[in-house]
Amino acid sequence: MSDVLELRELVKDYPGQRALAGISLAVPRGSFFSLLGPSGCGKTTTLRMIAGFEQPTSGDVLLSGERVNDRKPYERNVSTVFQSYALFPHFTAQQNIEFGLRQRRAPDIGKRVAEALALVSLTGKEERRPAQLSGGERQRVALARSLVVQPDVLLLDEPLAALDPKLRKQMRLELKAMQRRVGITFLLVTHDQEEAMSMSDQLAVMNEGRIEQVGAPEDVYLRPANRFVAGFLGAVNWIGGVGVRPEATRIGGMDGQAKACPTSGRQRRGAVTGSVFLGDSVEVSVRLETGEHVIAQAPRGAAALQAGEAVGVWWDAAEELKFP
Amino acid sequence: MKLRRWFLLPAWLWMALLFLAPFAIVLAYSLLTRGTYGGVGGPWTLENYQRLLDPLYLTILLRSFAMAAAATAICLALAFPAALFIARSNRHRNLYLQLVMLPFWTSFLVRTYAWMFLLRDTGLINTALQWTGIIHGPLPLLYNNGAVLLGLVYGYLPFMVLPIYATLERMDPALAEAAADLGARPMVTVLRIIAPLAMPGILAGSVLVFIPCLGAYLTPDLLGGGRSAMVGNLVQNQFTTARDWPFGSAVSIALMALVTALLWALLRKQKEPIA
Repeated sequence: MSDVLELRELVKDYPGQRALAGISLAVPRGSFFSLLGPSGCGKTTTLRMIAGFEQPTSGDVLLSGERVNDRKPYERNVSTVFQSYALFPHFTAQQNIEFGLRQRRAPDIGKRVAEALALVSLTGKEERRPAQLSGGERQRVALARSLVVQPDVLLLDEPLAALDPKLRKQMRLELKAMQRRVGITFLLVTHDQEEAMSMSDQLAVMNEGRIEQVGAPEDVYLRPANRFVAGFLGAVNWIGGVGVRPEATRIGGMDGQAKACPTSGRQRRGAVTGSVFLGDSVEVSVRLETGEHVIAQAPRGAAALQAGEAVGVWWDAAEELKFP
Repeated sequence: MKLRRWFLLPAWLWMALLFLAPFAIVLAYSLLTRGTYGGVGGPWTLENYQRLLDPLYLTILLRSFAMAAAATAICLALAFPAALFIARSNRHRNLYLQLVMLPFWTSFLVRTYAWMFLLRDTGLINTALQWTGIIHGPLPLLYNNGAVLLGLVYGYLPFMVLPIYATLERMDPALAEAAADLGARPMVTVLRIIAPLAMPGILAGSVLVFIPCLGAYLTPDLLGGGRSAMVGNLVQNQFTTARDWPFGSAVSIALMALVTALLWALLRKQKEPIA
């Protein structure tokens, strides 16, 4: 049994609204798996049903091959890192982390808590209460509190949403590294495609209570199953019915570059309508002769392009995203 | 800036006229001597306070504390689960809150009389029990400590429910979920997480129930029938039947001092950070 978590035809109905329209999913043990989708797609509902906070209308939740639908949250060996962290404000960091172990009457509580504190680099802050910790530190306590009980699956509900952008990027790397080190299955819920792609071994893209596609980040990004997935994972230029990512869209007619395009490529002619300087690159908007608007992510030199300038737009046929 | 100072004037006048002045008068009376025909006169004395140590009065004082403490404890036991239930319900929350406050729509006196109609020997409960043949003679439900306690709990229960509800309603529901998620059974979650975090509401509710219960007059008078007199009845008795205003004043001042000391101790304790 290599799948630690399995969902079978999970349906959740709320009065007057279907939140989940039958999703099936298998999460391999020890992997970093993400549920990615826009708000209201049902990803948080899915997470809450795995934790046991909500009951599915129909369908099954299996943990390590065992059906757990009828088990209460405190009888399931999963633990959650909440979006609000939900640290107990009247407990110190130490007391928060040891709470789960005490419920399990685990041996070596002191040693295991010390290890967990070291894992999240909070050694020395065990006597602080949540109010005396920074946002990043609170998140580490929440992580340690959930990891220390050695869950079958660690559920993370938008854990990085409350952090500032710089810290968020750093935490992505740390979370990924931590998952590798502890070997526990992580199930992350997020609406941020960069977050999901940068950390996950596999991700499931959800929309309107359904799973649109499951796969490794590269697969899903490069070979999206449909237009929704293509558009949700990144920007797409729709040219004559096919999709081309901005970074695969090139512009000819700039200084020092051949005006002609390679013969293997597809090309269109158009006029520059504007550009946005991003530091490491430039986003150039072009209006094609066909009337379509495209955005090309171009090297910095493209900043010299003036609005109205005639350019050629081309791309490699292999980069095209085609849908029926 | 100058003008704003005057905004408090009505409040100050109110306090001075209706609290400080009467308080000073009662304090002065408590230090005077009872006149032969019920009036008040010299000399100044502490004798009224010494009389409080008489076992007769000490018993009443102790009973009042015991009754108020018991009523507070019972109210807490009843109110906490109710408040938790209301705070957790989504659809009918306002309806439940209205139901908690429903008794206030009728006068407290009328409601206490209603209890008398229910509890007396020929009352609804005894009649019904005898009619069904469960008992053969009426149960002594009225005019005892139990009846007074019932009346106090009934009368002050909403004052316990509402402050506890207010703290529970503000609490992040994820806290209880996190506790369950970490393996805590519902009872552990309530005792270790929810109750400690609801402590400000529990303390506020306890103060709001304990103090009026301690000074209760109407409930012990009507439901206790003089057999379970409390401090309130003692004060009333001294000012009316006994015509001993100095002693009645001394009892009032002593009660007030005790309550103040209690509140002060509580507030000092609560200053230590709870969360």
